[in-house]
Amino acid sequence: MASKTLYSQRDPMLKRDGFEDILEERRNSSDLKYALRCYAPVLYKGVTPCKANMLKNIVLQSDQLRYVINQVSQESGEAPDIIQEEASVILEEMAHRLQISTVRFFAFALSKAFKTLFQHVCVNEEGIQRLQQAIQEHPVVLLPSHRSYMDFLLMSYILYTYDLALPVIAAGMDFMGMKFVGEMLRMSGAFFIRRSFGGDKLYWAVFSEYVKTMLRNGFAPIEFFLEGTRSRTCKSLTPKLGLLNIVIEPFFKGEVFDVNLVPISISYERILEESLYARELLGVPKPKESTSGLLKARRILSEDYGSIHVYFGQPVSVRSLAQGKVNRSTYNLFPRHIPRKPMEETQSFVNDTAYRIVRLQEDNMVLKPWVLMASLLLQNLEGMELSVLTEQTVWLRGLALSYAAFLDWPDHAPTAKVVSSSLALHRGLACVSGGRVSLVVGEPLGPVTPEEALFNRAVSVLSCASYRNQVLHVFLRPAMLAVAMHTAASSKKNEVYNCFSFLWDMFSNDFILCPGDTVQDFEEACYLLVKTGAVQMPQQDIVMTDIGQPTLSFFNGLLEPFLQGYQVVCRYLCEEASEGLTEKQYIPAVRSFAVKLILAGNLRCYEVLSSDMQKNALAALLRMDAVRKVKVADQVTLIVNKMAVNSIDDILGKNRMISHINQTQISPSLSLVAVAEDLCRDGLTPSYIR
Amino acid sequence: MLTSDSCLSLHKHGSSMASDSNSSESQRIAQQRLRIIAGHLQKHKDDDSGTIATECKAEANKGTVPRKRQEIMKWNGWGYSDSKFLFNKKGQAEFTGKRYRLSGMVLPSLQDWFENTFGASVNHKSPATPALNASAVPPASLNEAFVEDLKATGIPFSHEAEDRVFRAHGHCLHEIFALREGKKFERVPDMVVWPNCHSDVVKIVELACKHNVCLIPYGGGTSVTSALECPPEETRCIVSLDTSQMNRILWIDEKNLVAHVEAGIIGQDLERLLNESGYCTGHEPDSMEFSSLGGWVATRASGMKKNVYGNIEDLVIHIKVVTPRGVIEKSCQGPRMSTGPDIHHFILGSEGTLGVVTEVTMKIRPIPEYQKYGSVVFPNFEAGVACLREVAKQRCAPASIRLMDNEQFQFGHALKPQVSSIFTNFVEGLKKFYITKFKGFDPHQLVVATLLFEGDRERVLQHEKQVYDIAATFGGLAAGEDNGQRGYILTFVIAYLRDLGMDYYVVAESFETSVPWDRVLDLCRNVKERINRECKERGVQFQPLTSCRVTQTYDAGACVYFYFAFNYRGLADPVHTYERVEHAAREEILANGGSLSHHHGVGKLRKEWMKESISSLGVGMLQSVKDYVDPDNIFGNRNLL
Repeated sequence: MASKTLYSQRDPMLKRDGFEDILEERRNSSDLKYALRCYAPVLYKGVTPCKANMLKNIVLQSDQLRYVINQVSQESGEAPDIIQEEASVILEEMAHRLQISTVRFFAFALSKAFKTLFQHVCVNEEGIQRLQQAIQEHPVVLLPSHRSYMDFLLMSYILYTYDLALPVIAAGMDFMGMKFVGEMLRMSGAFFIRRSFGGDKLYWAVFSEYVKTMLRNGFAPIEFFLEGTRSRTCKSLTPKLGLLNIVIEPFFKGEVFDVNLVPISISYERILEESLYARELLGVPKPKESTSGLLKARRILSEDYGSIHVYFGQPVSVRSLAQGKVNRSTYNLFPRHIPRKPMEETQSFVNDTAYRIVRLQEDNMVLKPWVLMASLLLQNLEGMELSVLTEQTVWLRGLALSYAAFLDWPDHAPTAKVVSSSLALHRGLACVSGGRVSLVVGEPLGPVTPEEALFNRAVSVLSCASYRNQVLHVFLRPAMLAVAMHTAASSKKNEVYNCFSFLWDMFSNDFILCPGDTVQDFEEACYLLVKTGAVQMPQQDIVMTDIGQPTLSFFNGLLEPFLQGYQVVCRYLCEEASEGLTEKQYIPAVRSFAVKLILAGNLRCYEVLSSDMQKNALAALLRMDAVRKVKVADQVTLIVNKMAVNSIDDILGKNRMISHINQTQISPSLSLVAVAEDLCRDGLTPSYIR
Repeated sequence: MLTSDSCLSLHKHGSSMASDSNSSESQRIAQQRLRIIAGHLQKHKDDDSGTIATECKAEANKGTVPRKRQEIMKWNGWGYSDSKFLFNKKGQAEFTGKRYRLSGMVLPSLQDWFENTFGASVNHKSPATPALNASAVPPASLNEAFVEDLKATGIPFSHEAEDRVFRAHGHCLHEIFALREGKKFERVPDMVVWPNCHSDVVKIVELACKHNVCLIPYGGGTSVTSALECPPEETRCIVSLDTSQMNRILWIDEKNLVAHVEAGIIGQDLERLLNESGYCTGHEPDSMEFSSLGGWVATRASGMKKNVYGNIEDLVIHIKVVTPRGVIEKSCQGPRMSTGPDIHHFILGSEGTLGVVTEVTMKIRPIPEYQKYGSVVFPNFEAGVACLREVAKQRCAPASIRLMDNEQFQFGHALKPQVSSIFTNFVEGLKKFYITKFKGFDPHQLVVATLLFEGDRERVLQHEKQVYDIAATFGGLAAGEDNGQRGYILTFVIAYLRDLGMDYYVVAESFETSVPWDRVLDLCRNVKERINRECKERGVQFQPLTSCRVTQTYDAGACVYFYFAFNYRGLADPVHTYERVEHAAREEILANGGSLSHHHGVGKLRKEWMKESISSLGVGMLQSVKDYVDPDNIFGNRNLL
């Protein structure tokens, strides 16, 4: 069942399943009946479901936990009983209490909500069948992409609909803040983990044993988000390895024959949190989860959010993946119940697996026409003729299809219709006036300062970028090659490769680039560009063809915001940053630096205002040793190696324009942060939605 | 010498397995007493002859095995020529001959079990080639000078094709399969010699060194590790050194309870001869009917009653080995020594790579007064393993305790002979009802532990109670002596059953490992699953049989024994498929914390994993011993290293 060939799945001709709309039946039959129908899923090897209390007992009495309890007790001098009690409290706080009645309530309520919010909820039924098979054969871990709070309710809803075993879901503790909802979620299978528990040995032990116990016994599929948090940019996030390590370890230790990882891609035509995310990225803090906040969100119910596509990927067998990569017998000489740091070999395997799974998620993300349109609009911020947009969208569609994008383009509809209905659905982001399409900029009430105007424009650019970002994984490799060709200013293959490799390394926090895959990615990029006729590769050269210009310049434009953004960060660090810049100050400082540049007319890139890009750029510089972190007292200070940063800036900036900064033009007191904070006080709703 | 306690093997439980053992308890005890008395009477005679017995003389062979083994044993299968399973005209299974308890009996449920388990049919036969095709045997390439010198010693030898082929193989599946198919042999020994005693061996080894001839020791021929296979790249003359005629007990020392025995003696003869004096070794590997003492030493054999008597390394007091460098001996028979690493441990498990074991002094015990079988049924394998673990923890394991999984339990049941009385039938039915319906055991989950107690009567009964009490805490129900005994019958006829399977497109093999207690369950589950997967992936059309039992318990772990069989109809090269699956299964064992072997040895079959198992430094240590003892690789079977 499980795919053995994860590594060769990069075939551009990969075959994908068709979709069924599960809302269709909901619109035609009783939701109540549906919520109350007989639900009897098949479990792993026919095990009987385990009561939540029994599960807790198994965990508390496990050798693993007992060992850690004794260890902690010896270290702290507390009696083991007390530590045991602590463990019990942690478990109480963490554990799920799945109840079928709650599930039925959700089945009913969500049916109503989904029908209002969405046109379709589409699921690939073949994927469901594969999953059903997998659940019976091996412990299963569900790994959905994470773009919205909806994700896990949606997952459980779908599994209930298909009479599959409901997963237990690792959820962040922040949900617990919503008293009632938190408990509801708990009763629908969520278990709660603290966001950070770095040094807490006992917490870690309880948590990992809890997850492993469920996995080993196959009581229920485990579900968690590899990305760790919702991606605010709609780009996949660098995977987090903690939970993946936990679910894979039972295989290495021989406690289970295999573990199946199921990548699941959830694509939203319109994300509920769309504009909230943009604001968050601009420094307006994320609203704390609260029940009242959720109730306010009811307003959302009046909007049309298009369709959702949920694609259940081919289950990936950990056993097949690990074949020849991890020697399981290295676990033979150590008692299995004593926690140990994974070996290097294992760590890199888990890391590699995490990346592969995220790429599989990306591969099966469904893209809507609007995603292509957003990519074009962002390269024409001053707006473009509708006819040009339409024409270029058609062109881009062809390109995307030849790069194996999973495009959901309506059958038999004229292109103009497709474009206009996309614009209609996203009327909050783009509008047509006088035959020109341009981004909508929210008009705040009252007088507008230049900073406020800038902020509003940034919100709409970042919102729009979150759609363009969805297509990046399709074009990323050829686009980096296009930029490399541009930057290298040479047609020698090895020089282009050096540039490519530099960009690959530089951007590996922003995009999902599997560690060690540089050469493979380069070859894939070459293959794709040659295939679509944009470049030729005579002997040791790479050259653009006569017809290659539009493709290459589109690709250059596609990555332009990232190149510029990183460059701004470099400039800031070289020219502005004071000695003793702390990590905390870094983001607001870069932001106000960028604001100055934009207001001065020296920078037209708004995306650099995104804290996501700023963080990624810093991470890249840290990785490349151009910046070091030093801990002084309680503060982490950034030490900049200006030479190194400068040379990175040089490579990024080759042939690119950011005019030199004229300090005097900018009044330092007006920082965007202040504006953002003002807005924050006003309330969280973006003005243009009001 | 490379015989071993082979997996597929025959097993004799003292007298209990023989056809006379239906006698009542009191009769049996009386017989045993008689034997003991007879033993005491004989004692003086033995003591007298003891001094001269060490001399080598070509006396009439009293052992079971003749020089021409093929006269009494199958050339292409297991055991005696007169004993085999077959499906008669009515489709019912029968076991022919008179030697065993099952001999001459009809086994009515075997056919159903066989057909259902394997998807096989008694109508689809895959018969073996009836006789050895001499033209398929490569001609003997003799070292004439060696032959001349050997003739002068008067030691018997042969270069007939049948003798040579018989010693070119052990009992691995691929070996037996090739014989049955009449495949051409790549390399077989060029001649066979039959030394009669230690000094004959000394002469042979001297001549082999002088003329650069390759020697391969051969004991009982029950190897299941390709240890007897001739290396195809060997260009020298290969001489198979058959120790079967070195089969005397040279003396018995009752004060120290040891016996000095020629290493070619096979298990059944050793036990029979010692019994005549009221003693036994208690070493009963499943292959004891055919495997030899020298083979046990050379492979580190293990006997089913090791809990009372110990494994071979615990039993030997002294070993005499003839090597190209000379004879290895110790200076005394002290029960334990601190004289550097024990040189016996270079010999134990050397698999015929260093020399020939000629004489062994080993511990003996008085025949136990009382023996009792028993069995316990558990609701599932997990409960059974937990119970065995507890028994090992409390160090109260009976002489033998084994836990058979559900598949093996059902297999055992298929071997039930026709029940003559309606009453027995009724009682059986009632038992089944009690266990499955009343106690709620799932017949497809339940497992059975088989037990064998030994000692004086009172202690046995006490011991039995202790074990049953432990079992009860794990949900175990005592299930009677008969069930216990049947479990052991399965072990002893399994190799004969493999021949039956091969008549009907079913290939089968077994393998073993040892593993820490906490990993037993995981290892069993994962290995079975791996076999099932591999079979599927390699195009085996029918569900394979995978079955295991925990067959030995230790303080820190257990020995696990697997059976694995499948119907190979539709496969182009079943042996290759089988070998790939077995290879995968071994990898799975190693990955799950199991050892490369508990008692079968390494041979050539598992050589590739030696470095991984004992580190390259460890292999280097062994190699340096080999280089010192046998610099010219006279003992060139290429096992182990």
